[in-house]
Amino acid sequence: MILVNSNTKVIVQGITGSEGSRHAQYMLQYGTKVVGGVTPGKGGQSIVGVPVFDSVEEAVAKTGANTSIVFVPARFAADAVFEAIDAGLGLVVVITEHIPIHDALKFVNYAKYRGTTIVGPNCPGVISPTVSKVGILPNSIYNKKGPIGIISRSGTLTYELSFLLSQAGFGQSTVVGVGGDPVTGIDTVETAMMFEKDDETKLIVAVGEIGGDAEERLAKAILEGKITKPVVGFIAGRTAPPGKRMGHAGAIVSMGMGTYAGKVEALRGAGVPVAKTPLEVAKLVKERF
Amino acid sequence: MRLLEYKGKDLLYKYGVEKPRGMVISSPDQIGQGLKYPVFVKAQVPFAGRAKMGLVKRANNVDEARAVARDYLGKVIQDFPIRKVLLEEGSPIKKEYYISMTVDRTNERYLILASPEGGIDIEEVAKEHPEKIFRGGFHPFAGLRDYLVNELIKFMGIQGTQARDFAKVVYAMYQVMMDYDAELVEINPLALTEDGKFIAIDVKIMVDDNALFRHGDINVEEEGDLTREELEARAAGFHYVELPGDIGIIGNGAGLTMATMDLVKEYGGEPADFLDIGGGASRDIVKSALTLLLKDARIRAVLINIFGGITRGDEVAYGVTEAIREVGVSKPIFIRLKGTNEEEGRKILAPLNIKIYDTAEEAVQDLMKSIRGDGK
Repeated sequence: MILVNSNTKVIVQGITGSEGSRHAQYMLQYGTKVVGGVTPGKGGQSIVGVPVFDSVEEAVAKTGANTSIVFVPARFAADAVFEAIDAGLGLVVVITEHIPIHDALKFVNYAKYRGTTIVGPNCPGVISPTVSKVGILPNSIYNKKGPIGIISRSGTLTYELSFLLSQAGFGQSTVVGVGGDPVTGIDTVETAMMFEKDDETKLIVAVGEIGGDAEERLAKAILEGKITKPVVGFIAGRTAPPGKRMGHAGAIVSMGMGTYAGKVEALRGAGVPVAKTPLEVAKLVKERF
Repeated sequence: MRLLEYKGKDLLYKYGVEKPRGMVISSPDQIGQGLKYPVFVKAQVPFAGRAKMGLVKRANNVDEARAVARDYLGKVIQDFPIRKVLLEEGSPIKKEYYISMTVDRTNERYLILASPEGGIDIEEVAKEHPEKIFRGGFHPFAGLRDYLVNELIKFMGIQGTQARDFAKVVYAMYQVMMDYDAELVEINPLALTEDGKFIAIDVKIMVDDNALFRHGDINVEEEGDLTREELEARAAGFHYVELPGDIGIIGNGAGLTMATMDLVKEYGGEPADFLDIGGGASRDIVKSALTLLLKDARIRAVLINIFGGITRGDEVAYGVTEAIREVGVSKPIFIRLKGTNEEEGRKILAPLNIKIYDTAEEAVQDLMKSIRGDGK
C-alpha cells in the first residue's frame, strides 16, 4: 500500500463544519486513526469524540499527527494547506473543491519545497482498504484488500471502478483520487511510480477523463520503462462534445492532447488496454491475472 | 470565465496597455459624434471567428454604425445574447505580434507564449513553424523577471525605445494575470503602429471562475461568456449541457456523468443532456435537475446515476421524491444509487415504486429495453 497505512494519524482541518464532522465520523468508523481536528477559534471543544485545536501546530504537538485532511471552504482552504505544510505534516489531503488555481499553484509548489505530499485539491482522498482511509470515499464498498492499485482523476468514477473490481474479486492495495483540478499535488504519473515500488500492488488501474495531459504522460513514462507493472486504463468522455477551449494558448500548449482519441492512442501505444465501460475494466484486469 | 473583448481591453488599459480609440455601447442611440470614421463595429461575443460570422463590420458614418449596432444588439448567437457592441477607430498597423500568458498545469508554473508573426493564423504558425514560437516559463515564487522579458524581446526582434514599450506591455499582462486571477491573458494581435506604438487590437482574458469572489469589479452576467443555458444552470446550482438525443441523464461528478453518457451510447442510446449535480448536492438541486428533465419534451426516459461519497443517498432520494410529487411521472425513470447513505435513500424512494439499481449497466440495459419496447 502507498500513502496511508496503519501508522497514519490524521487531523481534520475544518472539523466543526458539517462535512468535516460527518466525514471525521465516517473515517473513525472505517478504522482510521483520527486523532484531532482544527478550527481556528474553536479549540478546546470535542467533536465526534476527538479534541479540537486552534492551530495545526498545536494539534500536531499534542497528538503526534502526521497527516491532515482539509475540508475548509474554498476561500480559506489555501491558508489551511499552508498551515499544514508549515506544521511539517508529511501528507495533506485536500478535499475542498473550487480552490482558485493561482492559490493551488502556490501551495503545490510550496509543498514540494517543504517535502510535503499533497493529494488534491478537489479529490475524494486516499484509502488502503481495511487499513485506513483519509478521504470521503464510501466505507461500504471498500472491504477487500488486494493487488490492484487505482489512480483516478475523477471522484465518483473512483468509487464505481473500486466497486466493480471488488465485485469481480479484485481487492485493492490503495486507491488514490488525485483530483480533477488543472493543478494538483501528486498526479497520475507520480502515483503510478509509487505503485511501481509497492510490493503489494501487481496491477495499476488508471482512471482519467478528457482534458489535460495526464494519460499522455503516463504512456510516456511506461514507454521509458519507468513503470513496468501492467496498467489498465479507462477514460470518461468518449462521447462528450468538444468543450470550450482556452483561446489559442490552450491549443498551442496542448497541441492536440487532451482528446479521447489522443489519450487512447497514447495509452495503447504504450501497451495499455483501454476499456470502453467501467465494467470492461474488470474484464481486462481479469485477463491479466 | 472568458471576459468580453472590451472588458479585457479595459483591464489591460488600466495597467498601461494602449487600445484603439473607441466606445462600448448597449443601445444604438449611444452612438454620437466624437469618433473618427470609418470605424469597426464589433459585436461582443466570447468566441473565435467573429469576422467570418459577419460580427465585425466597417461603418463609414454615424448612421451606418447605428444600423450595424441595431442589427447586432439583441441577437442570440450560439445561445449567447449580444448585449454590447464595441466601436473602434482603425489603426495604421505596421506589424502584428502574438503574446499570451497562461498557467502551465503540467509544470506547475506560468508560461509565456509569443511570436513575431501574430494575427488570426497563429495556430497555423505554431503547427508549421514551431521555431517561430517563444515559450518561456517562470516559477510562481520567482515571478516574472527582466532576464526572461529580455530574452523574449530579442526573440521578437524588437529594438530601441520600442523594446522598453514592449516590456511594459508584458509586465502589464503579468499584473493583470496576478491581480485578476487570470488563467489566460492573450493579446492577438498586439499591433505596432506606423507611428511606433503598441496597441492591443484583440484581447482574450480568462478569469478563474473559482476566484470571482475576490473580483467584485467583474460583472459575471454582463461582461462574461455565459450562454443563456449556462446562466440558468448557474442559478440552479448544477452543470448542464444540452445534447441532441432523447435520454435524460443525471449524475454526480463530471467523470461519472460522462461515463454514464458513454454507457448509454454504448447500448445504442442518445443522451439528451449532460447534467452533473456536483459534489454534496442538496435535495433542492436534485429536485430542480430532475424537474428540468421531466419537463423537457424531447426526453423519453431519465437515468439517474449516483455514486455518493460526499453526495448523500438520502438527500438525492428526497430531491427525486419532491420533483416527482410536483411534476408527476410523465416518463420512465431509472435510478442507480450507491455509496454514502444508500440504504436510507432506498427506504425514502420505496413508496415511489421505482426500481433502484445496484449497477449502472443494469439500469441502462433496462432503460434501453423500455425505450425500444414502446415502439421504436
